[in-house]
Amino acid sequence: MRLNSLRACCLLAAATVFAAAAGASDISGAGATFPYPVYAKWADAYKTLTGVGLNYQSIGSGGGIKQIKAKTVTFGASDAPLKEEELTAAGLVQFPMIIGGVVPVVNIKGVAAGQMTLDGATIAAIYLGEITSWNDSRIRKLNPKLNLPNAAIAPVYRADGSGTNFLFTDYLSKSSAEFKDKVGADKSVQWPAGIGAKGNEGVANMTTQTDGAIGYVEYAYAKQNKMTSVLLVNHDGKPVAPGAENFQAAAANADWAHSPAYDVVLTNQPGAASWPITGASFILVYRQPSDPDAVLGALKFFAWAYKDGGRMAADLDYVPVPPAVVALVKKTWVSSITANGKPVWSEK
Amino acid sequence: MAIIDPGHAARQLVYERIFRSATFCAAILVLVILGGVAVSLVRGAWPALQMFGPGFVIHEVWNPVTGKFGALGPMYGTIVTSAIAMLLAVPTGFGIALFLTELCPSWLKRPIGIAIELLAAVPSIIFGIWGLFVLAPVLQRHTQPWLIEHVGSLPFVGALFRGPPFGIGILTAGIVLAIMVLPFIAATMRDVFETVPAMLKESGYGLGATTWEVIWHVVVPHSRVGMVGGVMLGLGRALGETMAVTFVIGNAHRISASLLAPGSTISSAIANEFTEADGELYTSSLIALGLLLFLITFTVIALAQWMLRRLERQGRGGA
Repeated sequence: MRLNSLRACCLLAAATVFAAAAGASDISGAGATFPYPVYAKWADAYKTLTGVGLNYQSIGSGGGIKQIKAKTVTFGASDAPLKEEELTAAGLVQFPMIIGGVVPVVNIKGVAAGQMTLDGATIAAIYLGEITSWNDSRIRKLNPKLNLPNAAIAPVYRADGSGTNFLFTDYLSKSSAEFKDKVGADKSVQWPAGIGAKGNEGVANMTTQTDGAIGYVEYAYAKQNKMTSVLLVNHDGKPVAPGAENFQAAAANADWAHSPAYDVVLTNQPGAASWPITGASFILVYRQPSDPDAVLGALKFFAWAYKDGGRMAADLDYVPVPPAVVALVKKTWVSSITANGKPVWSEK
Repeated sequence: MAIIDPGHAARQLVYERIFRSATFCAAILVLVILGGVAVSLVRGAWPALQMFGPGFVIHEVWNPVTGKFGALGPMYGTIVTSAIAMLLAVPTGFGIALFLTELCPSWLKRPIGIAIELLAAVPSIIFGIWGLFVLAPVLQRHTQPWLIEHVGSLPFVGALFRGPPFGIGILTAGIVLAIMVLPFIAATMRDVFETVPAMLKESGYGLGATTWEVIWHVVVPHSRVGMVGGVMLGLGRALGETMAVTFVIGNAHRISASLLAPGSTISSAIANEFTEADGELYTSSLIALGLLLFLITFTVIALAQWMLRRLERQGRGGA
């Protein structure tokens, strides 16, 4: 009996060592939770195709940035772009990998999905606690045809630090000087009003079970749960509905070419079709990696995902990066990621 | 009697030494781990403590954007939710334990006992999800509107029950916590009541005491120390509970007079924000919150020990 368990232990230990050796060529990364489902799906397909696996720990953007700075992973992933100074200081380069959108959802008796129109300033006033009733004149002005009840508004926010929070507060800060001043944009902020729920599922649940609630969730979540989404008036003054083509429009209209560090937040971008709360999730790698082979392996995976991953992303309601931006990113790879003075990546 | 053999005795001595030092090491390990936790918490929290000083525990602001952090909101939430939980769970747990040991018909003893043990085995995330999806809507639609209408208009007490019925908030968190700590309190108290010698109780009955008198004059005084232990076990769990509370507390770093308003606890704030916290000051402030929880728990346990000591002395003095 004891001998058996001893033998089992030895076998297990041997198996662990063997597995670690087999996984040595795997790509390792850590960071943002928002793109995790699509990275996992890509990784699965890529493994069947090439035999190279991806070990991605979705520990949150903050953790991803810490891990890449500690050089324990080949790439980090962040939902919010790092500022150019921070990238330079750490010797990192970043590029957008996947795009998604945040959608405000409401729960008002008699209002169906796509019937209500709101704009950034109005939503900011709601979350500041200034607009407290659904029949407020500012909401009526945007929705002259809707019969709005005199019901209290219950704002629901994401309590856990998240890229969703960052995009939403960044959009509200761009739309309202008062919001920028009093609350600001970050992955967690101090909300002056409302109630905090944990995760997309928490916000969705609080919104659906509270009369008069307004919340915001990732697009995939709103779509799959058939939530009552609203139209938003975008930068060009056009009301738009949330959808893949509108997120892509925002990404395509952003001024990537003049932001060499890709520190572009895709909220409130110009263009008639642009959805105003769009965001990209970013990848971080070293400019002069200590292990160029590992970085090359990761870049090969990313190049494959840019080329062949679009349909898989769309299945999960994510939006691929527009081709023009992909071309820019590849130029950055060649110019910025080097080992011994030579670019690590080359388009074959 | 052939075991008197000098070689054997010497071997036994060696074994004994080895065994003694092994147990000693095991015991010391606890102290080392505890010390390590305290040291790393203080080190991690140092930047925040240096920046904010004592203001960290008296300020309500918690703003990652401006980098201003104060722990008063989460501390308040931690203490108030645990107090509500104790207020609900201690009398109920006491009742359950008394019923099971003194009054329960024997065929019902096992089912209730097993049910309590099962309740203790439910993972906290399940309580959180249940609280959010099942309990919160009921509170929101029925309990809270009634409280707001009937209790909210009273002077003094009324202030605790005002504002919109969100369903989740400090009160809901307190109720969920009460359910979570109930099995610990009930099971410990039951075990303590069962240790009361039958002879003492029967002497009471023999003197013509009623069940009520036996319970209050024999069982309870005999079990005081163990009862306090059970309550402290429950309180310890309530103070540190994370997942279930995070789901139902509403997660706002604010202090409101109303128990229906959203709040936050130390552990829920850490669970919510640690993964995405960037910047040294933010991370360090969250670790400082952990240090505060450590201190609060330490204080509670120290108080409990002191109370137990006093009770024991009283018990001896009375006997």
